[in-house]
Amino acid sequence: MKRRDFIQLAGLGAGAMMMPAIPSFSNPVEIERILDPIMDVTQKKQLADIALNTAKSLGATYADVRIGRYLNQFVTTREKKVQNILNTESFGVGVRVIANGTWGFGASNQVTPEGIKKATQSAIAIAKANSKFQKEPVKLAPNPSYGEVSWKTPIKKNGFEVSIKDKVDLLLNANSKAMEKGASFVNSIMFLVNEQKYFANTEGSYIDQDIHRTWPNFSVTMVDRQSGQFKNRSAFSAPVGMGYEYLDGRPEDKIQGPGGIILYNNSYDIVEDATMAAEQAKQMIAAKSVEPGKYDLVLEPSHMWLTIHESVGHPTELDRVLGYEANYAGTSFLTLDKWESKNFQFGNKVVNFVADKTQPGSLGAVGYDDEGVKCKSWDLIKDGVLVNYQAIRDQVSILKQKESHGCCYSQSWSDVQFQRMANVSLQPGKTQLTPEQMISGVDKGIYIVKDGSFSIDQQRYNFQFGGVLFFEIKNGKIAGMLKDVAYQANTQEFWNSCVAICDERDYRLNGAFNDGKGQPSQSNAVSHGSATTRFNGINVINTGRTI
Amino acid sequence: MAILSKEEAKRILEKVISFSKADGIEANLNGADNGNIRYARNSVSTSGEDSNISLAVQSYFGKKSGSATINEFDDASLEKVVRRAEELARLAPENPEFMEPLPQQTYGESKTWSESTAKITPDYRAQAAADSINPASKKDITAAGYLEDSRNFAAMMNSKGLYAYNQSTGVDFTVTMRSNDGTGSGWVARNFNDVSKLNTSEASAIAIDKALMSRNAKAIEPGKYTVILEPSAAGDLINLMLSNMNARQADEGRSYLSKKGGGTKLGEKIVDERINIYTDPSHEEVPASPWMGNGLARKKMDLIKGGVVKNLIYDRYWASQKNVEAVPFPGNRIIEGGTASLEDMIKDTKKGILVTRFWYIRPVDPQTLLYTGLTRDGTFYIENGKIKHPIKNFRFNESPVIMLNNLEQLGKQMRVSTGGFGGGGSSLIPYMKIRDFTFTSLSDAV
Repeated sequence: MKRRDFIQLAGLGAGAMMMPAIPSFSNPVEIERILDPIMDVTQKKQLADIALNTAKSLGATYADVRIGRYLNQFVTTREKKVQNILNTESFGVGVRVIANGTWGFGASNQVTPEGIKKATQSAIAIAKANSKFQKEPVKLAPNPSYGEVSWKTPIKKNGFEVSIKDKVDLLLNANSKAMEKGASFVNSIMFLVNEQKYFANTEGSYIDQDIHRTWPNFSVTMVDRQSGQFKNRSAFSAPVGMGYEYLDGRPEDKIQGPGGIILYNNSYDIVEDATMAAEQAKQMIAAKSVEPGKYDLVLEPSHMWLTIHESVGHPTELDRVLGYEANYAGTSFLTLDKWESKNFQFGNKVVNFVADKTQPGSLGAVGYDDEGVKCKSWDLIKDGVLVNYQAIRDQVSILKQKESHGCCYSQSWSDVQFQRMANVSLQPGKTQLTPEQMISGVDKGIYIVKDGSFSIDQQRYNFQFGGVLFFEIKNGKIAGMLKDVAYQANTQEFWNSCVAICDERDYRLNGAFNDGKGQPSQSNAVSHGSATTRFNGINVINTGRTI
Repeated sequence: MAILSKEEAKRILEKVISFSKADGIEANLNGADNGNIRYARNSVSTSGEDSNISLAVQSYFGKKSGSATINEFDDASLEKVVRRAEELARLAPENPEFMEPLPQQTYGESKTWSESTAKITPDYRAQAAADSINPASKKDITAAGYLEDSRNFAAMMNSKGLYAYNQSTGVDFTVTMRSNDGTGSGWVARNFNDVSKLNTSEASAIAIDKALMSRNAKAIEPGKYTVILEPSAAGDLINLMLSNMNARQADEGRSYLSKKGGGTKLGEKIVDERINIYTDPSHEEVPASPWMGNGLARKKMDLIKGGVVKNLIYDRYWASQKNVEAVPFPGNRIIEGGTASLEDMIKDTKKGILVTRFWYIRPVDPQTLLYTGLTRDGTFYIENGKIKHPIKNFRFNESPVIMLNNLEQLGKQMRVSTGGFGGGGSSLIPYMKIRDFTFTSLSDAV
């Protein structure tokens, strides 16, 4: 898992500098190159057909080919300085085949008839070599042929077309506002992604997709040399499946939250947030250290997403349940017998989780997944009961289901596609409830904003989460800021202690660019939505130490 | 093959430098051939090979620099990439922290290449996987493992006359063995430059034994316990401490090495006086490249000696601001150990817990270097010098700084992968006995 990258980007590491590494097989390029489409759909189809025909002639019973161009832009700054401006491009082709009932994969950065033939031959050779040790021949669920189709993230402003100067000015302006408010340090980054993916398979689908993602982020650090303390306040932005319009910071997307904070929905005001961050970082240092014990937790969506990701998203991945990730990401406590029983109470009856690959603005939204399956949404937890998993074409037969869920993904042309997490979201409550109303009913609790430290076991039972801002709730009212807070729970007990969820007015998405899985590790971008949610009687520990 | 010899790489780089019209130029030529095989459910799941070679050129005018990359090496392409870097440098904003390239450095001899690893074939990988899977399936155990091997070269040259070259090989092997009743799990990891030292069958047998031994674990109360950490467990936590020894962070007051009231803890005792940690690129067991990516020479150097912080890591810019020598990021770490074997250490333990490995370690508080994570794949209760029974996994909340102040005993060393999962670099870490290690909750995970 590229958690290290994620931690760096999210500014969670010890004084993380948020300097991303160049993705593997990517080359730095100038912006003109980024904006040049370099190859049209007709050319891609011709090349794709070479792979498919070569595979069939060499004995493949199935083949798919992905011609992928992966573009990234990073603009990184600290205080008054621009640290790095980097455009990267990775262009190549990946061919996946089934021969002798076994998968094989080959890839090349030579997107030419020769390069594609060679990659296909290599895929066939690997499939045949590994078939000697294959004990479970691949069974693919049927999938319709879609013919020639296309899909594009519905962006309003292509971030790559916005000038570097505009981005630098925006970040430096945010930095200066934080510094004016007394911040000791500030690091900020603009991170843009464009995946131009062409997929074709031997079943007659030719799918052209243009996918955009945007993530502005910062970390404001406050250092108190006298007491030897320092605190980092990360941005309240979300990584999104949107264009540069996310940076518009429209007034209607600003939410006045409990404790005097401002939260953001479909667009983000980085300058305003950086200003607030400096003030809050000061308060974080001065905050009262938490008394450990049982508390009712009120968890805000920009915090909630990571708890959902780790405790619901991962254990419902079928490949983990089956043991394919046993040596790396781990397995899952949500074993097949629990699902087959149809009465495994994962959570309280108010708890409903939906997996989704279509939600506008989400990181997971695409038209078709990376094995050409049309995307959809489906229930995972219904009225608290486990009802389904996340599975792809070569897995759903295990569930006696007839179609893939459409959540297959590869981070690049050079990596083989496999099951990856869809957006997994907690559905909002059905009765009208605002976060303020929720807090007013809590006697002894903590309101937690934004994700912080995170850790969960390899079967997803025991977890511990921190946060960024912690507000003590006393007798229904916010009673000041706390620090040194982390909560620990067992996943099933935790979701069964979920007693209330705010209504859809408070529903927001957050997520991560770099969820890691697989060996070699691959990153996946995924969002998780929720409204503010209440959990009763959760164990809170004090993380303050002296060294 | 993406591996160029020292002479081949030099010829290309000299050509690149000769095309420069900028104030200066630095070029890095890197290549790698990688292979892997992955298995799960006692069957191979994926495997592949990739090969990549690329040239990165950085040109500069004053404090403005630009970079460009190419993977074609004819004269016209080389000139094109230099021109492109120069154009980008002219357009770039000035970087106040830009440092001109280094002049020629003196490097030690490299010991990072192994011919046997260079010759790995797909058949070798398939057999290595089979040697791990077959003994597992005979014992009602399910194997999931991963083997990754690499051959790399790195070369750099600049307009100040520096030329550096290194080639290296590496192999990383990990396997998780799970009992088919779902109640036991064992794990083993091996990391070498020289694949002839790897025996996946022998390594897998250890993981199989742990899976069998760890079945039907009993729950004991969380709390503070004496622990014996196997080198993987100890290394994962301590390496997090050692990779946070950046001088700038410490000077800026945002590090565990920042001192209350100002200054850093350089020269201060922060852990038990028996702790000696150093880096040495020419170490026979854990060799590392004698230079890092910007050309700085790596030398044998103490990080912690007698419990005292001896060196912080200074990048070239920060070193220039502080009027000190730049200190490169270590390519390996060696923690001095003792003579006791694991068996000796268990025998000398009245009450304690043996930890095979930690999992999902994440920072909780960078100020105290507090981390949380869990035990995994073989956790055992020790009583009166013997392993009594397997215990359920624990979550811990502990700082490696606090842990190294609670040192009881150092045992024999073992080579472990520093980055985890083949993330680069290797360390030599002893078995460690630590008192008062803080476990904060129980996990049902196997």
